[in-house]
Amino acid sequence: MTVVADPQEIVIKGATLVENGVEHRTDVHIVGESIVNVAGELEVPARAKVLDASGCYLMPAFVDLHTHLREPGGERSETVTSGSRAAALGGYRCVVAMPNTVPAIDSVAMVDYLRALCDDTLCDVEVSAAITIGRLGERLVPIRELAGRGVRIFTDDGRGVQDDGLMAEALRIARELGVVIAQHCEDEIHARGGHMHEGKWSSLLGIPGQPSGAEEVMVARDLRLVRELDASMHFLHLSTEGAIELVRRAKAGGLRITAEATPHHLSLTHAEVATYDARFKVNPPLRTDRDVLAVRAGIADHTIDAIATDHAPHSPEAKDEPFDCAPPGMIGLETAFSVAYGELVARANLRVSGGLASQAVTIADLVKLFTTNPARIAGVATPNEQLIASGSPADLVVFDPTERWNVRLGDIASRSQNTPFEHFDLTGRVRHTLYRGEPVVIDATAQR
Amino acid sequence: MNPEDLRRALVRIAHEIVERNHGTDMLVVVGLQTGGAPFARRLAEHLREISGNAIPLGLLDVALYRDDIGTRPVIAHSLTEIPVDLSDRVVIIVDDVLFTGRTVRAALDALADYGRARAVQLAVIVDRGHRELPIRPDYVGKNLPTRLDETVKVSEEGVVIGEFEIAEGTTASEMSEGSS
Amino acid sequence: MIDEMLVRRNLLSIEDLGREGILEILRESETFVEVASRRMPKVPALRGKTIAIAFFEKSTRTRLSFEMAAKRLSADTLTIDISASSMSKGESLRDTLETIDALGVDAIVMRHQSSGAAVLASKWVQASVVNAGDGQHEHPTQALLDAFTLREAIRRFQAASVEDLSSCRVTIVGDVRHSRVARSNVLALSALGARITLVAPRELLPVSVEDWPIEAVTEEIDSVLPGTDACYVLRIQHERMVDAGLSDLGEYRRNFGLTIERAQRLAPHALIMHPGPLNRGVEIDSQVADGPNSLIRAQVRNGVPVRMAVLFHLLGTSRNAVEEIDDGRG
Repeated sequence: MTVVADPQEIVIKGATLVENGVEHRTDVHIVGESIVNVAGELEVPARAKVLDASGCYLMPAFVDLHTHLREPGGERSETVTSGSRAAALGGYRCVVAMPNTVPAIDSVAMVDYLRALCDDTLCDVEVSAAITIGRLGERLVPIRELAGRGVRIFTDDGRGVQDDGLMAEALRIARELGVVIAQHCEDEIHARGGHMHEGKWSSLLGIPGQPSGAEEVMVARDLRLVRELDASMHFLHLSTEGAIELVRRAKAGGLRITAEATPHHLSLTHAEVATYDARFKVNPPLRTDRDVLAVRAGIADHTIDAIATDHAPHSPEAKDEPFDCAPPGMIGLETAFSVAYGELVARANLRVSGGLASQAVTIADLVKLFTTNPARIAGVATPNEQLIASGSPADLVVFDPTERWNVRLGDIASRSQNTPFEHFDLTGRVRHTLYRGEPVVIDATAQR
Repeated sequence: MNPEDLRRALVRIAHEIVERNHGTDMLVVVGLQTGGAPFARRLAEHLREISGNAIPLGLLDVALYRDDIGTRPVIAHSLTEIPVDLSDRVVIIVDDVLFTGRTVRAALDALADYGRARAVQLAVIVDRGHRELPIRPDYVGKNLPTRLDETVKVSEEGVVIGEFEIAEGTTASEMSEGSS
Repeated sequence: MIDEMLVRRNLLSIEDLGREGILEILRESETFVEVASRRMPKVPALRGKTIAIAFFEKSTRTRLSFEMAAKRLSADTLTIDISASSMSKGESLRDTLETIDALGVDAIVMRHQSSGAAVLASKWVQASVVNAGDGQHEHPTQALLDAFTLREAIRRFQAASVEDLSSCRVTIVGDVRHSRVARSNVLALSALGARITLVAPRELLPVSVEDWPIEAVTEEIDSVLPGTDACYVLRIQHERMVDAGLSDLGEYRRNFGLTIERAQRLAPHALIMHPGPLNRGVEIDSQVADGPNSLIRAQVRNGVPVRMAVLFHLLGTSRNAVEEIDDGRG
């Protein structure tokens, strides 16, 4: 920790802290990069900047397990800096950067290159590496060498590793080294290159679809390998009722697996594709009402450990194409917590209703899905158990649960605008974000 | 105009046609859909009674020849049937009401596609004035000067004049869809 | 006189029309059939209008049919030759369409290999968009000319002026799953009251077929033929054989082809239809396609008047007008 001669002082005033199910009014005093005091009512030192948090929740800042920053190779859609700005606006202190860049992050040289780009970001960027060279699914990357370089997560995301033998080998090595294999579960033969979920809507719209089976078959295969090898695995963006049930049973059976789901898979269905707007094209695709309800149920019963954005920027030109030609992906950092809060906690403006009361989630549970759990999976958890306490790093989010807002395309910090939530009424908004004590977002506005 | 007046007018027009054309040789009667059709039929029948010859009868829907396509709603198409080549014939166009003259202009365009007639003459049951084009009838049942805000409806039962509201500045042609 | 007319800007899908819209177009098509029989088969109705014909997917017959329809309405046509266009140089579809639109054309008749391309086009341009086939989604004018031809034949056979197809049992045979012609026809014919049965190998039936407005689905053709009033045969492609679990086109013919033998199982009044082009001896035998109950030639012939009706319907009306026409003002 660097000691600055004249460290910035901040006091967050009037926030609500939830501890053990009890809400209390809290002030927080921050000096430099650390929290120095947390109490019901604090005096404000003369030179401290005050951040008003009345009516807002105070939480540890979030960790995203799944962000596409597009550098190198895709700078038109996003850069490390613009992506980190979007992350900060969404309340994130750390994002795991996906390695499906151009070229892919599949070597020490590429890891070092990407890390060097990250010196001026508004949040931490954790660099992950591919599982196979070029993500081609043919040969493994030098996992040991990369782990030695500090890489903790390996994924071919964008694709799944199809070959059983290759995946088994990767799992063995990962078990030995204590690193994480994260799999995008899609059996490519089953998927048949489908551009959306295969079902009622793909049939009406004449768009070739991929069935739920393509995800379920691969999840089943991966669970079998995990069981046989006594290994562990993280399942990226689960989207089907079937896959979630398989993971639920496997966890009950003691397998060391974790799983994530995206905000769009817990809120939107394939009916959105009716306009042929390619902003609703994503992989895995938006699915049925039942699948959305299953994702919510999976979150409520802890089958799903984390909500991860799969933030996937694509330039307007790229998305302004016929549905089958456009690339899949949606941005999500700036809206993630609001969507999750609205759908799971506030349960307001649901597009898919009919879920059981057991699918309701408390604010404290939601915070775990965005902080403790993903931080643990990514290996970036703070050593201190209590995240908001004197001595902890000042990575904080002030969230106003009552603010109603809509995305305005002109206000998006990401370089791309491919959000599926443009006409969504959002409940709750990140007001302030502190990153290592620096207020990178004040009043929902990025400070740099 | 009651039904008996109508009948007398049609008979008179039939005689005028025969007189002017020195008989019924090479005549064709063409009724403009939809208002002119029943009168064309009756006129052709009267001409047959006078001359002893059957007169060819055609029907013409001018919807596709109107000059106001694109500025007003679609009107359902009626039957068009011209049973003979019009080359060298005398065509008697028959319509119920002559108003702006635009329907007759459209009819002249349409008929030109069926051959080069020797002559085209116009017979109408009612001429209500307000011409917007240099069109004049050859045979008229009754001259009935009207105001723009009046409606004229001609049926087999007779002629009815009614009133309806028009917006200020409305021109005759804006009001006259379906009429001559 | 019609009391109320809804004016539409585009024809993207049969769903846009609904039963009333379909009947309206069929009514107008009758007028244009009469026009086609005239010595001078041309009317000045769309004089001064320009219609762009943008076929991004190759087709000769449909393109010529539209060109003829436009010209017979006295409209000017612009045909975009895709091979020479800048699209092959990497220009996006949107830019290509916006450029055409910027020329001030009144309508764009468009065929494209991607489903939904016409829907997207209608959002990008001012001109009216006519979907001449988009990927596997729809081919509305084909369904309209098919409905028109079928109704015309039924009227002739029954010597009665039926308005719709309520009495008619239609069987559609072939690769329904990938066929935009099939999708549009199912929508159009069912809207007109027809009772539809689909026949295809399992893998060529649509996904979620239970949501389709049809009466029955089967993989077995022989049992449905006797009860059919009209058999609509789709073209089968060689590439689909693997998907269908069939070894070759010969096997397709044996199991699903409308052979001479199979055609004999049809009722004497049953009609045969096909959107073309034909794979003679595969999905249909020549003698059946050329036989007395075949409407195939009539379908082609009716293509121009039906497309004239569509173009006139879109361009021959005021954009703002949804009016009631008052008889009394005659």
